[in-house]
Amino acid sequence: MADLSSTSVPAESQAGKIALRWLLYLLLGVFVLFYLMPLFVMITTSLKSLDEIRTGDLISLPREVTFDAWRTAWSGACTGIQCEGVRPFFWNSVLIAIPAVAISTLVGALNGYVVAQWRFRGANIFFSLMLFGCFIPFQVVLLPMARVLGIMGIAGTIPGLIFVHVIYGLGFTTLFFRNYYVSIPSELTKAAKVDGAGFFRIFWSIFLPLSLPIIVVTVIWQFTQIWNDFLFGVSFSQAGTQPVTVALNNIVNSTTGVKEYNVDMAAAIIAALPTLFVYVVAGKYFVRGLTAGSVKG
Amino acid sequence: MAQILEIANLYKSYGPVEILKDINVSINEGDFLVLVGPSGCGKSTLLNCIAGLEPITGGQMHIGGRDMTNVSPKDRDIAMVFQSYALYPTMTVAKNITFGMKVRGIDQATQDEKLAYVAQQLQIEPLLNRKPGQLSGGQRQRVAMGRALVRDPKLFLFDEPLSNLDAKLRVEMRTEIKALHQRLGASMVYVTHDQIEAMTLATKIVVMKDGIIQQIGTPAEIYNRPANLFVADFMGSPAMNLIPAKTRANGNGTHIEIARKSGEPMVLTDTKNLSLPEDVIIGVRPENIADAAVPTGPDAQVAECVIDIVEPAGADTFAVMELGGKHVTARLHAETTAAPGVAQRLAFDLGKASYFAPDTGLRLN
Repeated sequence: MADLSSTSVPAESQAGKIALRWLLYLLLGVFVLFYLMPLFVMITTSLKSLDEIRTGDLISLPREVTFDAWRTAWSGACTGIQCEGVRPFFWNSVLIAIPAVAISTLVGALNGYVVAQWRFRGANIFFSLMLFGCFIPFQVVLLPMARVLGIMGIAGTIPGLIFVHVIYGLGFTTLFFRNYYVSIPSELTKAAKVDGAGFFRIFWSIFLPLSLPIIVVTVIWQFTQIWNDFLFGVSFSQAGTQPVTVALNNIVNSTTGVKEYNVDMAAAIIAALPTLFVYVVAGKYFVRGLTAGSVKG
Repeated sequence: MAQILEIANLYKSYGPVEILKDINVSINEGDFLVLVGPSGCGKSTLLNCIAGLEPITGGQMHIGGRDMTNVSPKDRDIAMVFQSYALYPTMTVAKNITFGMKVRGIDQATQDEKLAYVAQQLQIEPLLNRKPGQLSGGQRQRVAMGRALVRDPKLFLFDEPLSNLDAKLRVEMRTEIKALHQRLGASMVYVTHDQIEAMTLATKIVVMKDGIIQQIGTPAEIYNRPANLFVADFMGSPAMNLIPAKTRANGNGTHIEIARKSGEPMVLTDTKNLSLPEDVIIGVRPENIADAAVPTGPDAQVAECVIDIVEPAGADTFAVMELGGKHVTARLHAETTAAPGVAQRLAFDLGKASYFAPDTGLRLN
């Protein structure tokens, strides 16, 4: 009767739905494997000995796990004439990235706060010009920047690289903070002004505590950019101040004779670890909706 | 009483656009001044100018006898309640209320004492450790008021503080603000677009339109003697009936002739001695047109009108008819016999009638 037909039809479509679901998971699984393949090859290769690489298969698991390549990559691989591994350059990168991220984020926050909440004559033009800075290809600025660094007397130094990264990060950090702060009602600033707070007090007591999500976004963005930068690193550094990306290039490209793929892979993973770490640690603080409740519910 | 706020010849423009033109207002201590007008009339800008949040282009402003024209908001001895409440979202209610005192470096003991007093006044003691996000609209409203109250300022400024609340809560908070004003005897300036809020709260109303003050007066003055057609139409609900009419001087008064949809024009007589031009617009409040069966004032005159629409509203029934080419509303009692399409005997009370010039819109009597 009516009952029978109405139960049999959903049962059929139910089976179809389940099949479709499995197909979807299968497809997703294939994509996951495809994207993980390079990482898999890198990790397995870095754990093999050179002999095994030469005789074995690219995607086979290591017969014998050895960390020799990692040890060499960290402290023994040769970058040109120097054979200290990536370690000194890794610390150079840390010394460049941390201050550059901190300064560009803080200044970007201040810029965004001014452009969004303290409208001044020409604020729009100012902001448009800053935005323009985001889209200038870095190659264009290499020569003028080299001249500026020379005049300032910080060419080839770590402070010089910090300076370059702060300048070229400001466009983006200002954009991020400005877009975040325009959504905060201007009445909040007005209320604080009536309460007697000044420019920095309002920034410090009201805006910064609201900014955790956008600070996390900015830090992730800036850290990735600066850590992974190669062009500025190779252009504005000299022996002893090169960042890890440049060292990695030198390890891979300047060795002669036998290619030590396992060392190359280990060095590449070491160079990529900090950005991965930042994503994993900071990602979970990416909480939205902290402003909920400041205005009408 | 001492003058608390005095604004003289205030102008405000953004570039070439004049937002406020020649504003002159003053209020005494304990006054409740309401700035009312449609959106875009400049009332909120004027409030921001009083607060010092917007610089003024011309004129002077005194608060408590001191020249405040170029003084920053924090030194004006004012407190302000905003439309969005503007509570600091990361601070607890207690910190929100004491933030101003903290900024000014007032000692902790005084802060605690004032906080306790205000929390008790507004009955928000249980909320002190919550964040604004955990409060309802009405509670946020109270906290915003608390932040203003704790300052004990010379002048309170309110920028449409009730417009984010639902209808019922709005009426409750309105009463509460009025009670607060009476209890504190504080001076307040209050911006709203709601003419009922203006009527109920104010001791003095400023009606604004396009950056120009249309009329300043007590609620009764504004309601009974509107200065022009705009004020007459804006204040009061339902709005005042504004009917085109012809006048004829007569020995013992003035004949007012109003065209009807069909038949003879209706002729009413205003017994007062008026000198009016021939063409006028007569303004009659709906409550001054009543059932003829019910006894009314001495000036009441009876005329028969065909009712078009009947709108029962509980306490009253509004009857709409067409006179002089306009919809005219009469406020009849709830049990009226009026029915659509039927002629009804209505009593017109011209004792409080207003007359306006059709061309300038200005009041004539």
